[in-house]
Amino acid sequence: MMAIGGNTAENHPISMKWIEKARETKGAKLITVDPRYCRTAAVSDVYVPIRPGTNIAYLGGLINYILQNNRYHEEYVKHYTNASFLIDENFSFDQNTGLFTGVEDDPVRNCKRYYRDGETRLYPDEWWYQRDENGEFLKDPDLQDPNCSFQLLKKHFAPYTIENISKITGAPEDVLEESYELFSSTGEAGKAGNILYAMGITQFTHGAQNTRALAIAQLLLGNMGVAGGGVNAQRGQSNVQGATDMAMLFHIIPGYNPTPQQAFHATLEDYFADTTPAQNWWSNRPKYIVSLLKAFYGDNATRANDFGYEWLPKLDGLDHSHIPAYKYMRDGEVEGMICVADNPLVGGSSSRAKMGYQKNLKWLVSIDVVENETAAFWKGPGMNPADVDTEVFILPACASYERDGQKANSGRWIQWQYKAQEPPGDAKSDLWIVNEMFKKLQALYEAEGGTVPEQITKMHWDYDGPDGEIDIVKVCMELNGYNVRTGELLTNFVGLQDDGSTACGNWLYSGYYNNLENPACKRRIREKEGLGFHQEWAFAWPLNRRNVYNRASCDLEGKPWNPDAPVIWWDENEERWVGNDVADIPGTWTLEQSTENPFIMLPEGVGRLFSIGYQGVGALLDGPFPTHYEPADSPVPNLLYPNAIYNPISQRFYENHTVETDEERERYPYVATSYRVVEHYQSGSVTRNQPWLNEMMPEMFVEISEEHAGELGIKNGDTVLVESLRLYNNGEQGHIEAKACVTKRIQPLMINGEKKHIVGMPFHWGFMGMSTGASANDLTPSVGDPNTTIPEYKAFLCNIRRA
Amino acid sequence: MDLSRRSFLKLAGTTAAAATLAGVGLRKASASPSEPLRIKFTKEVHTTCTYCGVGCGIICNVRDGVIVNAEGDPDHPINEGTLCSKGASIFNMSYIFDEKGKPRLNPNRLTKVLYRAPGASDYEAVEWDWALEEIAKRIKDTRDRTLVETVDVGGRQVTVNRTNAINWLGSAWCTGEENYLFHKMVRAMGVINVDHCARL
Repeated sequence: MMAIGGNTAENHPISMKWIEKARETKGAKLITVDPRYCRTAAVSDVYVPIRPGTNIAYLGGLINYILQNNRYHEEYVKHYTNASFLIDENFSFDQNTGLFTGVEDDPVRNCKRYYRDGETRLYPDEWWYQRDENGEFLKDPDLQDPNCSFQLLKKHFAPYTIENISKITGAPEDVLEESYELFSSTGEAGKAGNILYAMGITQFTHGAQNTRALAIAQLLLGNMGVAGGGVNAQRGQSNVQGATDMAMLFHIIPGYNPTPQQAFHATLEDYFADTTPAQNWWSNRPKYIVSLLKAFYGDNATRANDFGYEWLPKLDGLDHSHIPAYKYMRDGEVEGMICVADNPLVGGSSSRAKMGYQKNLKWLVSIDVVENETAAFWKGPGMNPADVDTEVFILPACASYERDGQKANSGRWIQWQYKAQEPPGDAKSDLWIVNEMFKKLQALYEAEGGTVPEQITKMHWDYDGPDGEIDIVKVCMELNGYNVRTGELLTNFVGLQDDGSTACGNWLYSGYYNNLENPACKRRIREKEGLGFHQEWAFAWPLNRRNVYNRASCDLEGKPWNPDAPVIWWDENEERWVGNDVADIPGTWTLEQSTENPFIMLPEGVGRLFSIGYQGVGALLDGPFPTHYEPADSPVPNLLYPNAIYNPISQRFYENHTVETDEERERYPYVATSYRVVEHYQSGSVTRNQPWLNEMMPEMFVEISEEHAGELGIKNGDTVLVESLRLYNNGEQGHIEAKACVTKRIQPLMINGEKKHIVGMPFHWGFMGMSTGASANDLTPSVGDPNTTIPEYKAFLCNIRRA
Repeated sequence: MDLSRRSFLKLAGTTAAAATLAGVGLRKASASPSEPLRIKFTKEVHTTCTYCGVGCGIICNVRDGVIVNAEGDPDHPINEGTLCSKGASIFNMSYIFDEKGKPRLNPNRLTKVLYRAPGASDYEAVEWDWALEEIAKRIKDTRDRTLVETVDVGGRQVTVNRTNAINWLGSAWCTGEENYLFHKMVRAMGVINVDHCARL
């Protein structure tokens, strides 16, 4: 097992008990890769310290080690990945700039780009599979052709030698080698290697490529689909999986379908043409979309009006995630905000600057259990309430155990959260609030009309029970899906149609509430023996499948690589897949079809070592292979690609926002990262209002090494000031104030021969609540990954002074 | 709400915390063996933890409509009876307990709808109905002024029905059903600035 960019023992403590069990009973080994000697590291077999923001270097080193030492799972790589696929002969990579072929300037985003979003959507021609005259992919089954994915991968990662990786990351060479040797031993058929990660992988300007690097390593080692394998995101919140499934994000609508774009999706027909591949799973997209539109617009969705497609707002091609949304607020374009159980003035990047931008809001609605910092911004530090004209509405919400509903955990288990007590006073559940809020809005438009009132009035909204208040079962039924004519609940998404005869709010959730007597998500039957899948406990999307891509857990003949932990297997007599899990293969397929397409979500059916955009199932925007770029705030040049700056494809939102000059590097010499502690939760608005938790973890602190403290004359418990470029305005340097925690957990690292100090700090505190303190995110930059625009919270430069 | 460290101690008079206090010699544990267990005669409700993504099962002990204790669900295959410090104190978001173990509403918990007028130095408590009606008016006013109905894409008029003037931030704290209805409301308003903690 490898824990990288996450601290399981601290932030997912109950998972840790299973890791411990595997170590005790199965001889499993644990490698922890982290800038700090964190609680997970403390119980690891191998601990690899790395500089914040150098994960691709570390993982590129792993990939290179696997390839150079023939540690990969050969049969798996040849048949279940695109290793043998030939790539366009003109594909290349520039070692000087760190850029792939096909790059050009992007004047709109103030950065570089590969992807062209003009009238058609194109990746560079050089990023394509070679095909014969019939359109069939050209392959080299022996993996020798210099243009096959495998050889290109090998070439790309050849500079990622242990010597180079040690210089970049600061990890000692022998520790690197030990960890690479140990983890790559899982490449042997029948062994499983598991990667656990969290936001220490994703929250970078190259975060998506970090996860790509994890996936490539796991494909090479044959660890995808097998029991105990995989790339496992440890979700930091109880329903971050579910909220993403429901598309609380600008770029998707429920069930991972793209939000329509004005440039390519003028009509429903255009949308389908652009987003529906000819084969494999996403060829079903029209069924999911039409059923979604029926759930959205009910009887108002007819074939004649494209099922109400026109009422869905279309994107303008720009980014509408958190970072740019606040920039639009600064620029005066955004005038209203509705914030549900979210607290960006603590949890968001460059939070102090954002507090000022919120003055531009005409109105703000905060729905939460407490008055959080985002709602209270008008009286925040440095604000004069008389100058803030924003109207603020605070709607009191429920704690989790005061309301019913389901939540999807990290393993996609959809479990019911039961109500155990009534909320206090006038507090109401979010479900009640959104129902009443939308009913009021709909009634207002019914009565007065307005701009395109149909967009609001035609939305199907009928969730009241007999008492005139929200009936959650009605929402569950719509999410699960039903037959429009009979009202009968659907068994699962296999029954969804594209002719308007079925309605379903989210195809992935179809089956979670498929009967009213004993809904699948409320089941509580443990397995007595097995692999821990617990098939009759709750429900897992899709189709109650617990281990996705499980076809790849078997060899070409359908026999498990590891007979001692068989996930599924091919039953020759019955000619179908059977086993401990629901096979990730359509039931009608032959063994041969399933062997050719073990990764059914991709049109080409195999895992991508080389990532391309193909038939609407897209590649990453910043290249087919992960590439080591420094974080935006970096203390050193890029050792591998001398002319590369931080991710060149990442949008530059603000001027003078990240460290660029040597003078600035001197001003902010220390490499900082942020993290969580077990006693507090995210922006702390919930946990900082609980006496017991505050007793255990009472205040904001900054961790520095003993050596660093000695150099600065700081003692444990001293108050220190921490500064970053984000708090430097008009020649004046601002700071946050915190207690110094001088610790052995942090050690300086030798980066290319130079000693660099590392600084760590939790991000839970803010100016409201029972326990108040400085926000680490006042310091962090609003730069993001080009694919996701997740901010780079986990690596930034700072200075520390005694107060 | 300004709570000093001392008042935390006063509020935290339950068995677990009391044991800690006894340990540092501040005060004798208040739960003497003669007092009945706090969970005696309580109703058990099992629920799912709201913190990290592991998805532990919690048993809540409810007396007179108030959760007086929470513990790990031993039948739950994920946590098998264990909980972390946050999960074990989850009910403090509503009620905290005095030295006699009597529940007292968490003083920072919101129980009223609040409204802050432009330039005002404080909130006033208002009724739900009024607040929801006023919010609907704000949304309508902003949306009606800013909704873009069509744009020209290469000479073709494309219906877009969107506004860039409203931000919606949802949450991974909310259930699937809640987020689904949020999504419907967001798209019905024509809102495109949407995000939540998966990115934040």
